[in-house]
Amino acid sequence: MFGKLTWDAIPFDQPIPLAASLLVVAVLAGIAVTVVVRGWLPYLWREWITSVDHKRIGVMYGVLGFVMLIRGFIDALMMRSQLALAADGAPGYLPPEHYNQIFSAHGTIMIFFVAMPFMIGLMNFAVPLQLGVRDVAFPTLNSVSFWLSAAGVLLINLSLMVGEFAKTGWLAYPPLSELAFSPGVGVDYYLWSLQISGVGALLTGINFTTTILKLRAPGMGYTRMPIFCWTALSSNLLIVAAFPILTATYAMLLLDRYLGFHFFTNDGGGNAMMYVNLIWAWGHPEVYILALPAFGIYSEVIATFSGKPLFGYRSMIAATLAICMLSFVVWLHHFFTMGAGADVNAFFGIMTMIIAVPTGVKVFNWIFTMFGGRIRFTTPMLWSLGFICTFVIGGMTGVLLAIPPADFVLHNSLFLVAHFHNVIIGGVLFGAFAGYSYWFPKAFGFTLDERLGKAAFWCWLVGFYLAFMPLYLLGLMGATRRMQHYDVAGWQPLMIVALVGALVILAGVGFTALQLVVSIRTRDRRRDLTGDPWHGRTLEWSTASPPPAWNYSVLPNVTQADAYWGMKRAGLHAENAATAAGDWEPIAVPRRTAVGVVLAFFSVVMGFALVWHIWWLAIVGLLGLGGTGIAHAWRTEHEEEISAEVIAESERRRQKASA
Amino acid sequence: MNLDWPWQSGVLDPQGPIGAAERTILLNATSIMLAVVVPVIVLTLAVAWWFRAGNKRATYLPDWEYSGHIELVVWAIPALVVLFLGGICWIGSHDLDPRKPIVSDAKPIEIDVVSLDWKWLFLYRTEGVATVNRLVVPAGTPIHFRLTSASVMNSFFVPQLGSQIYTMAGMTTQLHLQADRPGTYPGLSAQFSGEGFSDMRFDVVAVPAAEFTAWVAEARKAKDALDTPGYAALAKPGTAPATTFKSVAPHLFETVAIGKH
Amino acid sequence: MSLVDALTEPVEPNRNDTPISERGPAPLPIVVAFGFWLFLLSDIVLFSALFAAYAVLSGQTAGGPNGPQLFDRTNVLIETGCLLASSFTCGLCTLAIEARNRVGTYAWAAVTFALGVAFLALELSEFSRMIASGAGPTRSAFLSAFFTLVGTHGLHVTIGLAWLVTMMAQLATLGFHPMVVRRLLCFSLFWHALDIVWIGVFTIVYLGAH
Repeated sequence: MFGKLTWDAIPFDQPIPLAASLLVVAVLAGIAVTVVVRGWLPYLWREWITSVDHKRIGVMYGVLGFVMLIRGFIDALMMRSQLALAADGAPGYLPPEHYNQIFSAHGTIMIFFVAMPFMIGLMNFAVPLQLGVRDVAFPTLNSVSFWLSAAGVLLINLSLMVGEFAKTGWLAYPPLSELAFSPGVGVDYYLWSLQISGVGALLTGINFTTTILKLRAPGMGYTRMPIFCWTALSSNLLIVAAFPILTATYAMLLLDRYLGFHFFTNDGGGNAMMYVNLIWAWGHPEVYILALPAFGIYSEVIATFSGKPLFGYRSMIAATLAICMLSFVVWLHHFFTMGAGADVNAFFGIMTMIIAVPTGVKVFNWIFTMFGGRIRFTTPMLWSLGFICTFVIGGMTGVLLAIPPADFVLHNSLFLVAHFHNVIIGGVLFGAFAGYSYWFPKAFGFTLDERLGKAAFWCWLVGFYLAFMPLYLLGLMGATRRMQHYDVAGWQPLMIVALVGALVILAGVGFTALQLVVSIRTRDRRRDLTGDPWHGRTLEWSTASPPPAWNYSVLPNVTQADAYWGMKRAGLHAENAATAAGDWEPIAVPRRTAVGVVLAFFSVVMGFALVWHIWWLAIVGLLGLGGTGIAHAWRTEHEEEISAEVIAESERRRQKASA
Repeated sequence: MNLDWPWQSGVLDPQGPIGAAERTILLNATSIMLAVVVPVIVLTLAVAWWFRAGNKRATYLPDWEYSGHIELVVWAIPALVVLFLGGICWIGSHDLDPRKPIVSDAKPIEIDVVSLDWKWLFLYRTEGVATVNRLVVPAGTPIHFRLTSASVMNSFFVPQLGSQIYTMAGMTTQLHLQADRPGTYPGLSAQFSGEGFSDMRFDVVAVPAAEFTAWVAEARKAKDALDTPGYAALAKPGTAPATTFKSVAPHLFETVAIGKH
Repeated sequence: MSLVDALTEPVEPNRNDTPISERGPAPLPIVVAFGFWLFLLSDIVLFSALFAAYAVLSGQTAGGPNGPQLFDRTNVLIETGCLLASSFTCGLCTLAIEARNRVGTYAWAAVTFALGVAFLALELSEFSRMIASGAGPTRSAFLSAFFTLVGTHGLHVTIGLAWLVTMMAQLATLGFHPMVVRRLLCFSLFWHALDIVWIGVFTIVYLGAH
């Protein structure tokens, strides 16, 4: 009846996951009760859960990413404290059984459910606004994408309470991840949650590529697009080209595990290294799926706060597209130590280094953007400066690892761990925080507390160096990744420094949370009525904050790059705009729909049933998915009209406020 | 000098020609890049500080957004660095190809390596003895490894000797290393392989050539032989202490490497 | 006309001076078709991964049967004929849709459906014959890759057939609603794309077997 699922699946004998899951359940139940008791449920359902508004979806991605950042960060603290203790034969407090799940979950969560939601969320919020249009190409699909990501998150967190997570590392290399070596449900949780959220990511890629290529305000030719839209385009092209490879690869591993196929098994002629090749054919582009939008954010932030156009705009586009292309021909550098020939290794090494050229160009162009500027050191600008200084170090160690003979002694070491945290934290996460503090006033109509934002930045920056510079050194001393204990007593001081660094980052996370709470409480003092708190350059700053559901009452007419800057210069301010109802046209906006959340529900049901081999329930889930899709197909009214009166009223309010 | 500073087991303290060459590449490439990276960091901070909004002496150029000359330079700098490093990469990859034998007057010693859950099995092809988790080799003699795995993937790595390489079931990789001086060099698996991964350590003990001959003679008098049942018992998942076997079942490595065990 | 004139003369007098990239948001049918093309491209990438896996594993028979011992080319040729013919009838269906000819649409859709079912039936009979003879997907890596590649294509055909039935129901209930027409056109793109993938399967798996 319940497949492999029994009461043994609940970790009653393991205090840490049990306490953690009880805490999560308690928090979730608390939130649910509050929402229902306070009568917020109808509002949440109407305005958020069923919303297809790209801005709302963007915010929900952000919330999802932040919640999972805390989860992944707790994993990180546990790993760091374990390694600070487990020196010189000491066992530490986490047995391998548990420790191996923690680092696997940490990597999986941080990439798929923190970095991805942050970047996709920021693209969701900003891209249509920057393009000067009213929504993405397929708003309903957008909601489906979000809810499928949320379904993946739910499934991966269920593994904390029911069963176990993978003990294989975040990419689940076979043969370790095959049934013969990982008979538990951990790998199945891993595979199904990533298959579900992967479909969501693919749909996002299709949606945003179409949006950027087909929906832009009149006059916005390709060379007038904000640079963030260019990087978002490249990122989404990479999603379209790379995520199907991930889906196919995981499907093969699932067939091995569920039906006894022999893709990657040790017997039957399977080839585990094929998995490693395929997964990195997705995995390396994935790095740029995350990094390119972050580069776009830095470009916007640095230009805005320098009060200058981005230096070498076309050069930046060329660099972005070059990175986009090159990211597909470097995957082998993740396993130079496989024993491929010298020619193959050297080719992939050199291709990898070539990526450093367009990346280096970007760094120089950012510096020249600041040159001759009038720089305001706001929180987003600090994140961007912190990024440049940190990222060049990560880039340098990356090029070092791209030299095969150097990689032969650094591969899989803590040096490598330090390198990719250097580029993912210093590159992607700093970008997410820069984007968050940059666009927050646009999303909510009030600014974030600058002092707490800067405190968060400094904690992250200092914490990062404290946590990861020791790891570079440890890697050079021969310390490898994923070890649960070690017998070199001399490594312990550096491990303790790394733990201290993680605690400083914890303070940074705390300041970010505090900043949000304080800013919401004092929002009346920090209202931005102009819609343009930073003296922005791109179109999103030309509309109200928060923007109305229809974004723009009239689609802006674009005549140059940095369109809004140009309009402000030309004196085309909103004051000239009309306010009478007769001056406005009604606008059609997409109607809300529950199809996304319903599909996500059935996905979780199906995924959970498949993990536990509850076949009847899996069929229920599958039929639910198909039935929901077919029922949705009969919906003919996809839009609803916003009347001219409503638009006029909104415009009047805005003009009164900014006057 | 004998400080208890952990560099002494790391890749910056190589004890053989491969490790030494790799350290040279590591240091050279790092210095070349630091020559660009450090000025970039300084420039970033200097430009950002000089052009701060409050600095009345800085010129504001609100429309300055392009310069062909600067573009040329900013593409050229990283391109030249990469051209240079690309050369190092190409030459280094070929010189230090793990399959390339080490040039030496001494005849290389042949070692077959099998990674098991979770221990290392070393088969002395010529001498006919075997060890677990302890590899005794003559100093100053090249070692030719053939490596495979009897279960999941691992990576054979002795940081002070240089290059690591994967061990994979059904496949055979090759590696050439050499310890120049007698000493004990820690080795490990650098590829996560499950529950007992952290204990998959071994020592490489390099001894003078004469001592090595003596050690082989001693090993042949060991209590246990690694026959087929002995191997089957050893292959069961679990960690193991350092052990010596007086003899090895015929063609054991070949049988394991083609996956028919 | 001299070469210089030919090169400098505008190819065609532009009806609208604005370049196409600056004309503002594209109309819905174009947006939908573009998005669907992207989806098809992503689907082709998925198949590419499966083709790659097949190429790597096609020699790994683990002592079991290989392609030439298993494949019945006549059967496959008939399969191919069915699928190609169904693509042709799908095209005729599209013409009927363009003409808003309801009867023609139903008729050609029915023929397309029947040919698709015939294709699937032949494929399933091949699969069951192979499995019955002990050459199922668990026999060897080669057979795992074969069943997955061909089976994924078959799964796409199955989904296509379900989609076609749904569209006929939509046509019956909603008529030639613009939304229905858009979806029918997307379906035909999908169906033709499956043909292209099948050409790859036929060439690489069946003709390339040695």
